Amino acid sequence: MNTPTIPHPEAAATFLKNKERVQWHDETLWFVRHKRDKIVQEIPEWEQLRELASQIKDHTLSRLDEYLQEFEAAAISNGVTVHWAADAAEHNRIVHGIMQKHGAQKIVKSKSMLTEECHLNEYLEAQGIEVVDTDLGERIVQLNKELPSHIVLPAIHIKKEEVGEIFHQHLGTPKGASDPLYLALAARAHLREKFLAADIAITGVNFAVAETGAIVVCTNEGNADLGAHLAKVHIACMGIEKLIPRTEHLSIFLRLLARNATGQNITAYSSHFRKPVPGSEMHIVIVDNGRTTQLGREAFRNSLKCIRCGACLNTCPVYRRSGGHSYHNATAGPIGAILAPNLDMRKNADLPFASTLCGSCTDVCPVKIDIHNQLYQWRQVLTQEGYMPAAKTASMKIMAGVLSSPARYSFAGKWARRFLRWFPSLALNKKLNPWARQRELPEPPKESFREWYKKNGNK
Amino acid sequence: MSRDKILNAAKQNKPALVSLPELPSFTYAANDLVAAFTAAITKAGGAVTLLKSQQELTQKIQAIYPDAQRIANFIAGDTASNKELLKEVALLDVVVLKGQLGVAENGAIWLTDKDCVERVLPFITQHLILLIEKETLVGNMHQAYGVMGRQNPAYGVFIAGPSKTADIEQSLVIGAHGPRSLQVFIVEN
Ligand code: SF4
Repeated sequence: MNTPTIPHPEAAATFLKNKERVQWHDETLWFVRHKRDKIVQEIPEWEQLRELASQIKDHTLSRLDEYLQEFEAAAISNGVTVHWAADAAEHNRIVHGIMQKHGAQKIVKSKSMLTEECHLNEYLEAQGIEVVDTDLGERIVQLNKELPSHIVLPAIHIKKEEVGEIFHQHLGTPKGASDPLYLALAARAHLREKFLAADIAITGVNFAVAETGAIVVCTNEGNADLGAHLAKVHIACMGIEKLIPRTEHLSIFLRLLARNATGQNITAYSSHFRKPVPGSEMHIVIVDNGRTTQLGREAFRNSLKCIRCGACLNTCPVYRRSGGHSYHNATAGPIGAILAPNLDMRKNADLPFASTLCGSCTDVCPVKIDIHNQLYQWRQVLTQEGYMPAAKTASMKIMAGVLSSPARYSFAGKWARRFLRWFPSLALNKKLNPWARQRELPEPPKESFREWYKKNGNK
Repeated sequence: MSRDKILNAAKQNKPALVSLPELPSFTYAANDLVAAFTAAITKAGGAVTLLKSQQELTQKIQAIYPDAQRIANFIAGDTASNKELLKEVALLDVVVLKGQLGVAENGAIWLTDKDCVERVLPFITQHLILLIEKETLVGNMHQAYGVMGRQNPAYGVFIAGPSKTADIEQSLVIGAHGPRSLQVFIVEN
């Protein structure tokens, strides 16, 4: 996108200005995390499932080219048209091309983070085509000219009164109406019209099965199905990492996904699309957009195992308090912060620093991605490549200078401690360290370890 | 061509072969599959009724949906009148279909395109009724895929509740785009 990127700490600071909203955002996501914890305890083999899921994904990545070809061949023999897109631009051109071929004007889309990543809506709008997002959360943010702030709960940052106002303006609901049931039913009526009139339906893909060429889409609302079954053309957009080898592996992933995402046993619908209905068309667009590059980065390859459950966002103390939009990337939160620098190191150098490295993300990940390690490693890589966020560079340079000389270190330490005791509110120059702006720092010790050791070390 | 470019890059950048794990046969602990299934469907916002035989079906439907005008019952209804109803598929009040199996652990019911009659039917109707036979209940998803085996339908779906959303402040609303209720009938036979 062409809008200048606001660095994460600044964007987070703006979000943090509204204390009540931050509190509410934090608590809402923690509630989801809590539901997840409760339900996974009902599954005795939970850890075994995670391990298997991780191993299946590791295996698939280690034979990715072969499985992609197996999948393609199966899909083609099912009567599906398969397209390949090296990057976002090509993905958008392919989707647009299918629309042009059919003279399609009315497009319904069910939630797909890949099309968000590719900025498909913007691209099509520029071509004069309107795409209607049909997932309720996505529709809310779309009407409000925003992007999703969460990969599973796109409108988690918006309050019901605000949804009421958005619907009042766009759908003509009475001003002041804010009852979720009322609003959801208004959206239902509005979107059913869109479904019935659509020429083309676009969906994402949760899992693609190599042996059968089937794609599996999981929703609670049923929007992917209503779209795909009513329109004459179904376009499914998938990243290359969505593959799993065989149908039986779905049993593992379907047991993990919804439980880890929202604390449900399974989504209301887990739909397996393999062949188009005779007389209609099904297209699958297989997208790389940096994924093969990530596959080659040993330290970050694991991130391709992600099944987009969103749990690492829900549990992240930084995400919960800074809001999804502060990550200026389609995928927010810890996993987004690993994926984004792969696409653009300069633009996203700040994101791996938007973490406390507490490891909570790693603990909840259903495919055992070592998320916090990868964030830590990105920091090293970005520093080496010279892509540190500007403010960090300044403070780190001072640090490096200080650390390189023991005398200077000892002197600086002494003065820093004094300085902090005298001016605690200035703790860690807040200009140089944006994170310190939201932090209370601990009381500095009266003497350093070095001083203490001098006095007590030989006793 | 992008296809070759992607495949080559994947080939070049992929790690050394990691072997595919064998899936253990996860057994399901609870003995009472009907009770577990009922609990799961109820939790997901649906309802379960036990039937002694399929004959009770029509009467039960009338009792639950006394005001329904357009009922497409593909289990007990006659094909001709159902075909007539499907001409205006968007106006259906109730659709009655038979599922192949139910999963106790999560309440999911498996239907293929053939079971759905038209793929859109279980989604477009205002209310959905699914009938399953008690013997088809399995414990978990591993067993479900085991039973389905190499069925590999053109389209298949696990349905585990009515359509729902929690996108407005995490308040659960039943009836997002699809059915506003799900009634499951388990026939004991
Ligand atoms: S990284 Fe793991 S926890 Fe985060 S969204 Fe992906 S699968 Fe879920």
